[in-house]
Amino acid sequence: MIYLDNAATTLHKPPQVIQAVAEAMASMGNAGRGAHGSSLSAARTIYEARCQAAALFGCARPDHVVFTANATESLNIAIGGLFAPGDHIISTDLEHNSVLRPLYRLERSGVAVSFMPADRLGRVDYDDLDRLLRPETKAVVCTHASNLTGNMLDLARIGRFTREHGLLLVADASQTAGAAPIDMAAMNIDVLCFTGHKGMMGPQGTGGLCVREGVEIRPWAVGGSGVQSYSQTQPEEYPTRLEAGTHNGHGLAGLSAAMAFLTETGVETIHAREMALMRRFYDGVRTIDGVTVYGDFDAPDRAAIVSLNIRDYDSGDVSDALAEEYGIATRPGAHCAPRMHRALGTEEQGAVRFSFSWYNTETEADAAVRAVAALAAETA
Amino acid sequence: MRVKELKLVVTFHTTADAMAMEKACKQAQAPGRLIPVPRAISAGCGLAWCAPLDCEEQLRSLMAQVGLEEENIHTCMV
Repeated sequence: MIYLDNAATTLHKPPQVIQAVAEAMASMGNAGRGAHGSSLSAARTIYEARCQAAALFGCARPDHVVFTANATESLNIAIGGLFAPGDHIISTDLEHNSVLRPLYRLERSGVAVSFMPADRLGRVDYDDLDRLLRPETKAVVCTHASNLTGNMLDLARIGRFTREHGLLLVADASQTAGAAPIDMAAMNIDVLCFTGHKGMMGPQGTGGLCVREGVEIRPWAVGGSGVQSYSQTQPEEYPTRLEAGTHNGHGLAGLSAAMAFLTETGVETIHAREMALMRRFYDGVRTIDGVTVYGDFDAPDRAAIVSLNIRDYDSGDVSDALAEEYGIATRPGAHCAPRMHRALGTEEQGAVRFSFSWYNTETEADAAVRAVAALAAETA
Repeated sequence: MRVKELKLVVTFHTTADAMAMEKACKQAQAPGRLIPVPRAISAGCGLAWCAPLDCEEQLRSLMAQVGLEEENIHTCMV
C-alpha cells in the first residue's frame, strides 16, 4: 500500500518509537505515584518528554508543557478554560471541528466568535483581523495549517497583531507539529496545541499543549495528581493544574523517542523533504484534464497536503478506486472542516486528500500521479 | 526499619518540579535522591529530594540557577 493519509495519522513511525513503547510497557510504573524504580523511570521519561517538547516548540518552561491524549483534548482545555461570557474571539474558516465545536459551544454560553473568511483558494485576508477586532476581543484561535488545503497561516504575523492588541494567540498545530518549524516565543503564541501521532510520528493517544508563562487556563478535569492529596481542589501549578489521572506513559515514551528523531533529523530537513514530495505530486496532477486542485500553492510556505477532485465525481468513489485499484490510501469527504469546504465550494462533493510524510518516496508520489491521471482518463 | 538520620528534604509543588530537581542535580553532580515525602512533613503523597544536611547552600544555589522553586526546605529524620 502507498500510504498518503498522513494528515490523518502517520502510519510509518521511526523504529525507535515502536521500540520505546514496547520497552516502556515492559518496565514502566506510574509516574509520580511512588519513589520506586519503576515509577521514577516513568516520571523521568515523561519529564524528559516535557523538556524535548519545550525545546522543539520554543516553550520557555518544560513545566508548562501539559500532556493530553490528542490535539482535540488540548484545544478543548484551552478554549474551554480561557474565556468567559461577554468575551469575543476571532477565528478563521480554515479550522477543523476540534477548534470549531469548542468555539460553537462557547457561543452558546455567551461568548461571541467571528471568523475570518477564506476565499476560493482557501486564503484569509489578514486585514480582517483589524476589521473584526472589538473592545471585548480576548484572543485569536486559529490553525497553523488547514487540514484540507494545506494552506498555512502566518502565525508570526497574527502573533504580532495579538501582542499589539493585548490578545491571546491559541494555535492549533495538528498539521504542523514536527513537520514544520514552530517557535512559540518568536511567533508570540500563548497556547500551542499539538498532537503526537501526525507529523511528530509518535503514538496515537499522545498530544499536549504548551502554555506561555502567566497564561492561566482553568483546570478542566480534576482528580489524582500524586501531590497535595488532601487538598479538595486540583493543584494550581502547571503542569499538574491541567493533568489529572495517570499519564499515557507508554505512549509518551514513544513520543519522546519520536522527538529525539525529529531533533536529530531536523524539523526543517523533514519539512523540506515533505514539501518536495508534495510539490512533485502537485506538479504532476495540476494540469491533468478534469482534475481540480484546491488551495494556494504560490504561498511561501504550506503543509504537505494536496486535495483535489476529478470532474464532478464523488470524492468517496475516487478515494475508494485509488485504494482498491491502485493500493493508494487517501482521505475523501469533509475532513471535519465544514467551513473550509463551504469556502471552496466542495460541500457536496468533498475532496480527495493526499498528504505526505517523511517516509514517503518520489516513486510513491509518481505512482499517485499516474493513478489520478488514469482515473481522470477513465471518467472522461 | 532503617536507622534514621537528620537529612535535608526539599519538597515541590508538582512531580514535574521534583523531576527537574533530579535532572539538575544529576547534571551538576549534586548529592541526593528522590524519596516519598516523609509523613513528618506532609500527610499527602509526592516526591521529595533528600540530601545530606550540609548541602543546603549548594542545592539552593543550583535551584536558583535553573529557576526551580521549592515548596519548602525541611530538615527531618529520614
